[in-house]
Amino acid sequence: MAEAMDGIADGATVLIGGFGAVGQPNALIDGLIEQGAKDLTIVLNNAGSGRVGVSRLMELRRVRRIVCSFPRSSDSTVFEELYKAGLIELELVPQGTLAERIRAAGAGIPAFYTATSVGTLLGQGKEERRFGERNYVMEHALPGDVALVEAWQADRWGNLTFRDSGRNFNPVMATAARLTIVQTQHVVELGDIPPEQVMTPGIHVDRVLHVPYGDPPLF
Amino acid sequence: MPDTAVASYTPLDRKGIARRAADDIPEGWYVNLGIGMPTLIADYVPADREVIFHSENGVLGMGPAPEPGHENRWLINAGKQYVTLRPGASYVHHADSFAIIRGGHLDLCVLGGFEVAENGDLANWATSANDTAPAVGGAMDLAAGAKRLWVVTDHTTKTGASKIVSRCAYPLTAIGSVKRVYTNLCVLDVEPRGFVVRWMVDGLDFDTLQARTDAKLNRD
Repeated sequence: MAEAMDGIADGATVLIGGFGAVGQPNALIDGLIEQGAKDLTIVLNNAGSGRVGVSRLMELRRVRRIVCSFPRSSDSTVFEELYKAGLIELELVPQGTLAERIRAAGAGIPAFYTATSVGTLLGQGKEERRFGERNYVMEHALPGDVALVEAWQADRWGNLTFRDSGRNFNPVMATAARLTIVQTQHVVELGDIPPEQVMTPGIHVDRVLHVPYGDPPLF
Repeated sequence: MPDTAVASYTPLDRKGIARRAADDIPEGWYVNLGIGMPTLIADYVPADREVIFHSENGVLGMGPAPEPGHENRWLINAGKQYVTLRPGASYVHHADSFAIIRGGHLDLCVLGGFEVAENGDLANWATSANDTAPAVGGAMDLAAGAKRLWVVTDHTTKTGASKIVSRCAYPLTAIGSVKRVYTNLCVLDVEPRGFVVRWMVDGLDFDTLQARTDAKLNRD
């Protein structure tokens, strides 16, 4: 694990896959807690829950800023306490804009226009342009220094599949960081994943760690 | 007319609102249902009417909730509830899921609302400009991106304030996007002239409805 997490610097932007408990790279998040990097910007859909994982990382005061669409969940108390105390910055991003900003980063597109958030608080201060009959705001790409990804299968080249709705942000984030670290349930031989079923090609993947933990916990 | 006539109607309950909205969803539509009351709508679309449900986390072709004990822990909807798939279902990643939304490919999105205004503005994500840690999720993308946006909501708040307003006071989710509103009292379309009453619960008359509504209502 220490090897897998090597090179994550203080101040890094870390993209973390998953949606709720599904497709979340829990072992890698624990690895990041162990690894010690601080002053982090964390990009993920939710702002953690309970006292483990991303919540633990925040509780240890290692997160300077969180970029997410839905910080408030049933058990997001660590985030809420820090936020109320002014001890963590929040950049709230509409979920589709978040996904597209990450996608754009991976695709080499520096910015794009979207109708999402036009005329709302989250569109304020953003460049607005009219195309055809409608106004759009400009949104910037959101690249990561590191992406932490959970896969179902991985081979030696880093070709990946994802299970059911565990796909979510994982393939998008895998494309958008300079260092993409994957935890996988299954390690398979080259060729075992039929080419047309590869969901993330290995070109996007730098490191793979075998973590056969089974199913996400029931909630 | 005797005074007792004023109270001679029964507002719909949450299930009733969901059922009323479900009645109007035709065969073949691709539909995204928001968290909360909108999710109930799926229960009232008849099994023989093929409506394809989308969830922001990359699921197309969702079926009903699983039987207890038969949950697939890898298959949840945007509300993080366990769901099932119908034959023909598919998965996409988050950016593709929102390309479906942003690209105008969904026939309908149904969301809940704090306030709906006569110009089609919707407020449903924050109750003040400095709300502590507001959560927006996919609501702004859905409201701006789907071909049609319907809102299901109680007509008034628990304290009796109208949620059907001339202009929203809460922070907006999207501007000029709402096409139709289903409340516990009526169905309203949003047209250039404002709200138009399409349907009322049995026994409710236009003037009584108007008296419970902040915005000006137009007769069909």
